[in-house]
Amino acid sequence: MIRLKHLFMVIAAAVFLAASPVRAATPGDTFVIAKDIADIITMDPAEVFELTTGEIIANIYDRIMMFEPEDLKTLVGGVAESWEISADGKTITFAIRPGLKFHSGNPVRAEDVAWSLQRVVKLNKTPAFIVTQFGWDADNVDELVKATDDGHVQVTITEEFSPGLVLNAMSAGVASVVDKVLVMQHEKDGDLGYDWLKSNSAGSGAFSLKTWKANEIVTLEANAGYRHGAPGMNRVILRHVSEPSAQRLLLEKNDIDMARNLTPDQIKGIMGNAEIVVDGYPKGTVVYMAANGSHPILGKPEVVQALRHLVDYKGMADSFLAGQFVVHQAFWPGGLWAALEETPYSLEVDKAKSLLESAGHGDGFKVTIHTLTNSPFPEIAQSVQATLAQGGISADIVTLEGKTLWPKYRAREHDIILARWSPDYVDPHSNADAFAHNPDNRLEAKLTGVLAWRNAWADPASNELAVTARNELDLGMREKQYVELQKMLQTTGPYVIMFQQNEQVARRKNVAGFVSGSNFDLVFYRNVTK
Amino acid sequence: MAESTATGRQTTGSARAPSSFVVSLLGVAASLALTFIGLTAITFAIGRVMPADPVLAIVGDRAPQDVYDQVYQQLGLDKPIYVQYLRYLGQLSKGDLGVSIMTARPVMDDILRFFPATLELATIATLLGVLVGIPMGVFAAVNQGRWPDHVVRIVGLIGYSVPVFWLGMVALLIFYAKLGWVAGPGRLDVYYDGIVDPVSGVLLIDAAMVGEWDIFKNAASHLVLPASILGTFTLAYIARMTRSFMLDQLNQEYILTARVKGASEHAVIWRHAFRNVLVQLITIIGLTYASLLEGSVLTETVFAWPGIGQYITNSLFNNDMNAVLGGTIVVGVCFVGINMLSDLLYRLADPRVR
Amino acid sequence: MAATGTLRAWLLAEAPGSSSQARLQRMYLGWLSLSRNPIAMIGLIIVAGLVVAAAIAPWITASEGLQPDLPNRLRAPGGKHWFGTDELGRDIYDRIIWGSRITLYIVGLVSVIVVPIGLVIGIISGYIGGIVDSFLMRFTDIFLAFPRLILAMAFVAALGPGLENAVLAIALTTWSPYARIARAEALTLRNSEFILAAQVQGVSTAGILLRHVAPLCTSSVIVRLTLDMAGIILTAAGLGFLGLGAQPPTPEWGAMISLGRQYLIDQWWVPTVPGLAILVVSLGFNLLGDGLRDVLDPKSGN
Repeated sequence: MIRLKHLFMVIAAAVFLAASPVRAATPGDTFVIAKDIADIITMDPAEVFELTTGEIIANIYDRIMMFEPEDLKTLVGGVAESWEISADGKTITFAIRPGLKFHSGNPVRAEDVAWSLQRVVKLNKTPAFIVTQFGWDADNVDELVKATDDGHVQVTITEEFSPGLVLNAMSAGVASVVDKVLVMQHEKDGDLGYDWLKSNSAGSGAFSLKTWKANEIVTLEANAGYRHGAPGMNRVILRHVSEPSAQRLLLEKNDIDMARNLTPDQIKGIMGNAEIVVDGYPKGTVVYMAANGSHPILGKPEVVQALRHLVDYKGMADSFLAGQFVVHQAFWPGGLWAALEETPYSLEVDKAKSLLESAGHGDGFKVTIHTLTNSPFPEIAQSVQATLAQGGISADIVTLEGKTLWPKYRAREHDIILARWSPDYVDPHSNADAFAHNPDNRLEAKLTGVLAWRNAWADPASNELAVTARNELDLGMREKQYVELQKMLQTTGPYVIMFQQNEQVARRKNVAGFVSGSNFDLVFYRNVTK
Repeated sequence: MAESTATGRQTTGSARAPSSFVVSLLGVAASLALTFIGLTAITFAIGRVMPADPVLAIVGDRAPQDVYDQVYQQLGLDKPIYVQYLRYLGQLSKGDLGVSIMTARPVMDDILRFFPATLELATIATLLGVLVGIPMGVFAAVNQGRWPDHVVRIVGLIGYSVPVFWLGMVALLIFYAKLGWVAGPGRLDVYYDGIVDPVSGVLLIDAAMVGEWDIFKNAASHLVLPASILGTFTLAYIARMTRSFMLDQLNQEYILTARVKGASEHAVIWRHAFRNVLVQLITIIGLTYASLLEGSVLTETVFAWPGIGQYITNSLFNNDMNAVLGGTIVVGVCFVGINMLSDLLYRLADPRVR
Repeated sequence: MAATGTLRAWLLAEAPGSSSQARLQRMYLGWLSLSRNPIAMIGLIIVAGLVVAAAIAPWITASEGLQPDLPNRLRAPGGKHWFGTDELGRDIYDRIIWGSRITLYIVGLVSVIVVPIGLVIGIISGYIGGIVDSFLMRFTDIFLAFPRLILAMAFVAALGPGLENAVLAIALTTWSPYARIARAEALTLRNSEFILAAQVQGVSTAGILLRHVAPLCTSSVIVRLTLDMAGIILTAAGLGFLGLGAQPPTPEWGAMISLGRQYLIDQWWVPTVPGLAILVVSLGFNLLGDGLRDVLDPKSGN
């Protein structure tokens, strides 16, 4: 029978187990990052578009063109050593760097480079649009993208695009160079290795994929023979920790080297800790509100202009967003080529009210704000709700998970939406195409990937300028055109652009060499040392 | 928390020939199958009305319409719902739970990875509840009305009323961060990850089997906090029920008779009263265990514990219906199984119910 | 004094003159028994406190706790703000008091849905038996076997987040045990003498169920309900934690913990105060339920 004696024995055993020295600090040759990695659903570069996976494959695969951690602003050749642009600007010939090897040991040939791009087009997954916009499809890509000999790859576009844009696109994830020989060994039913590559890697970058346990852990192993030299760490581990508080505790106890998801207030809380350093990295993510053009009231330009004056940008940026978001009011992120840094708007209730009057809505109206459930969106929404009320607009807030919110947005079922956007590749056209370019506003056109379409807004002047800038060969002209386009969208269109993200990363002070650039996939682990 | 009451199925007549046993067995199988179908049908229906878009979970929110349509057809979503349901049942009968959208793995693989983690937690929490809760309940019943009774009841009630996720965070803060007595979130320190082969999936067992005692201790250290948090709730419930059952017994005639006959207090409590309570207790414990198996998504989130709770929850938010269905079926089967077992035990042991 | 003296005498009289007097007598005796139980009284005081706070909220708070006040965020308890301010600068004391209305709303609405449904299904099933019983119990079992939070989440996610939908979802997952309890009671009552007498007198089945069986089952259902209040509040808090309950800026306690949990380390009061509120109220209901059970259930040996 159960007696008190037995009970004490069990408790004593448990205490003994728990109290014995069992914890090992992070090993010296492993870089451990705590991050929410629940967004990873595949490791195939032809399919990857999520934030976490984007950064992971950037460290596994070398791309045709790259931004290197030593100088994040300059586009240089990755697998390509040099390139030549034809006179009409429609053909680029890349010379492949000799002597490169994949993780498998297979040599990196022009054949692999061409095949990687062809594969992206043929599989036609989400990020394929980055290259199919050049006029490539499953039928013509074998001709338009081909290895002319063992060391050269020729790329021809059929649409009017600035070659500068094409080169920028070759630095995106879809231009990852994949080991054709290895992948085809695992091909099934003509799927070009799609099934296998979902959870394996076949690259030539600084690291290779050792394991991916969904919602748990990703382990990368160093490639000692990498062309830039062996990485500083033998292994990189990304631990899934969805609670920012848990990340913070783990960091303070030295159970991880770096925490990626700490909130501004938690950052403030650890500022005093001498063991921890906080670095800030301006990111390309932009937080904005958009008003549905098909809404009878929100479709009026004066009303949207009033909205722009009913947001407490500074108040939010100085309080709960401090350190992680800065006020930014143009659609292309600051700090990049062709950025527009002017922020003409602030909280001005009187201006807003007179605008609403002139639109015939001086008595105000009711709207719903749809947004995401994760911080800081509910907080931003609540602040906006309060400032809109000052202008007489009464707003309800509905928070939804992303996968529930996007279908509504794509179906034009929102009033005002509060969301974020990050560029797919580092070229202003990436955002211009989404914000400013809506060639067909009909509901049937279903341009669900275009933000302007989702908000039922199409402006001929904006469309034209977006296309012109896209095709412009002269870099100086192109930059001017994008600035002009951004200025245009600050006063017309459905957007109230509010903030740009500044990623704050907390690390143990002995960790050095971590680099994080403006785009979500410009994150490099190879220079990290401890 | 579900409490089992006597199912009280009335049978007429005395025990019959073996054929009635077969009939009742068939009846059990039939009711199991019916519950099953009900479970899957409801889950399936839920999946169809969920506003989360499973296609978007795969292609992302900025996918152009043609990519979207392609995946939509691949997932078979263009077929009418009963066709999809029948297709699913067909696959299920072959043991194929489908592939998860979020992990790109067969759902069965995912479950074999996540379920043991929950099993570990649930088992230890229940053990804690039993080993501490039962003596507490007996102690309170024996001292009814006096201060030990009140203390036990208050402590039990607090354990039963506290929001588990809040308690978990506070416990992490105190015992991990400030005092350093236990390991932090996650099942294992990064240092030890991937060393032990996941044979059963339960780290304690796997590590013990190959003699990796450091890993065993580390895993145990990670288990202490989440298991204690869940165990607090279990313990409070079991203590309360034990007390209640014991009070029922101690106030009965036969106890008075035993005392008059000179039996020791210890014997009265344990050999007479407690023995009669045992069967009811087992039913309760079974139910508690079963409800812990559904995986507490809140605890798992706070402790970064890769269990079935967060698996089903995340799948639900992403409308990854294969995963939700698979997880629900596994949990439902366990629940029904344990329920049936306890019902059986109850009926075998308690002659009044026959 | 004389008036209360005669009232008390009337309530304690040995032989009641009418059935209503008998009922009132039973209630009074029950109340006496309850009031002698200090633990139950504590529970009653807490629950009463909740109701009173909800009722007089406009008079005991400075604001409705909805307006952000960004320069004032995350202030420690003390001075003007008894419980401090939250992440948007709102007074936490105000939000807790107004949140009590929401807690009561949740608990009340769930009870109003769950008790009738559970009773109806349970007593019909237990009294009539046979195929109806098997079918209804099968139906109940399916809901019992379903992982509770999952069912609630799925329901809310399908209907859209919001307080009413969360309440419906919780009700959906809570009714099954009540059906079982009612059924068990109905089964024991089925063969009792006074039921047989009513049948002989020609009372219809519906009449028997309504006027005789139901009232007797109600007490155990109600006891179970008060004990479950804690669970209901916690489930609502859990849903709020997952972002599926009341929408911001509504001061629902679970959502307050959820949105405040990232501040636990440095501004502990932000998630802790609502956590304590939930704890105290759940405790109150539990204590009250325990006390009620001791009073209403003759087997508990008091």
